[in-house]
Amino acid sequence: MADTFNRVKELIVEHLDVKPEEVTLEAGIKDDLGADSLDVVDLILNLEQEFDLDQIEEEDSEKIVTVGDIVTYIEKQKQEQK
Amino acid sequence: MRSVGIIGVGAYVPEKKLTNYDLEKMVETNDEWIVSRTGIKERRIAAKEEAASDLAVKASKRALKQAGITADQLDLIIVATVTPDMVFPATACLVQNQLGATKAATFDLSAACTGFIYGITTATQFIKTGVYQHALVIGVDCLSRIVDWEDRNTCILFGDGAGAAVLGPVEDGYGLLSFDLGGNGEGGDLLKVEAGGSRLPASELTVANKQHMIAMNGREVFKFAVRVMSKSTQKALDHAGLEKEDIDFFIPHQANIRIIESAMKRFGLPREKVVVNIDKYGNMSSASIPVALNEAIEQERIKKGDTLVLCGFGGGLTWGSTVIKWSMDQVE
Repeated sequence: MADTFNRVKELIVEHLDVKPEEVTLEAGIKDDLGADSLDVVDLILNLEQEFDLDQIEEEDSEKIVTVGDIVTYIEKQKQEQK
Repeated sequence: MRSVGIIGVGAYVPEKKLTNYDLEKMVETNDEWIVSRTGIKERRIAAKEEAASDLAVKASKRALKQAGITADQLDLIIVATVTPDMVFPATACLVQNQLGATKAATFDLSAACTGFIYGITTATQFIKTGVYQHALVIGVDCLSRIVDWEDRNTCILFGDGAGAAVLGPVEDGYGLLSFDLGGNGEGGDLLKVEAGGSRLPASELTVANKQHMIAMNGREVFKFAVRVMSKSTQKALDHAGLEKEDIDFFIPHQANIRIIESAMKRFGLPREKVVVNIDKYGNMSSASIPVALNEAIEQERIKKGDTLVLCGFGGGLTWGSTVIKWSMDQVE
């Protein structure tokens, strides 16, 4: 969990040009980290690649609001892949 | 089989510019929002009396001049478009007539924004086998005619224009080295104009429902485009036995700067190798790639021996990439 969070954090810092300390589990990707709708899509594409995930469905990606939502989603996918 | 390449390029865009500031007066939007979401600052709009064939003919005359051949030497004309002058005859026939290319076979090709890639790949096969000597391929679209000017999500994106290429035999080892073409009808609903064909013929209802206008799921098209660009480019490079480091210029379909940036980051190609002109023209569908190619040639960026990758994606869904070893000397 902590490892996933750190990797997600790194990705967000790089893609959204924010400070590491701003990226908390509770932080809203759009509201707190200033992402626009295309940043979110771009971030999802990069998560798929970085974590070797299957394509994230539209309805799942719509539910991703906070950094914590991303971590939870990835953890769940990893469980299912096992 | 002999080598086939592009021996002349030409482009034409309508005179009328529509800026983001003009759009601010038409729909709820602003320049800053459009630039940050799309990279587009202005686009061209065809005059009332101008149709696809008019734009195509102007671009074609320039391409023929650069190729140093006359229209009667053409064996084939392919027009890639989703906005033909009319349902039939084909726009290619109208262009043939205007140019006086009496010997040429003529057909239109429907592959949306990938149309030009499908077109040059198709034309190449006829020349490679020795059946034909010269082909003219035109990417032309007047999307302003099928855009919903009340939909701020789509009307900001598109523009009108035409780009043409003459293909013919070239020096051995030059020209089109490889291609990758693809389609996936499962994604057909993501980007479409659904009425006006045999499924939903034009009626008062289809007009009222705006079914003759472009409908798009932007978010899903974005994802499709980013994924497919790197995949398709890699496939075409593999066929040519080349690596991404061998690419001198990458000319992508100009749909959205954010798609281009995201795909290039994913693929690992530096920005200076990517030809971008979306700020001036927006998305011109099948015309985007040849107009960008023409601009890069005019700016003397491309020289003989350079390795180019042209990569398109769009409605259908369709996609395609070609690797070209450039065979033309720089134009004076």
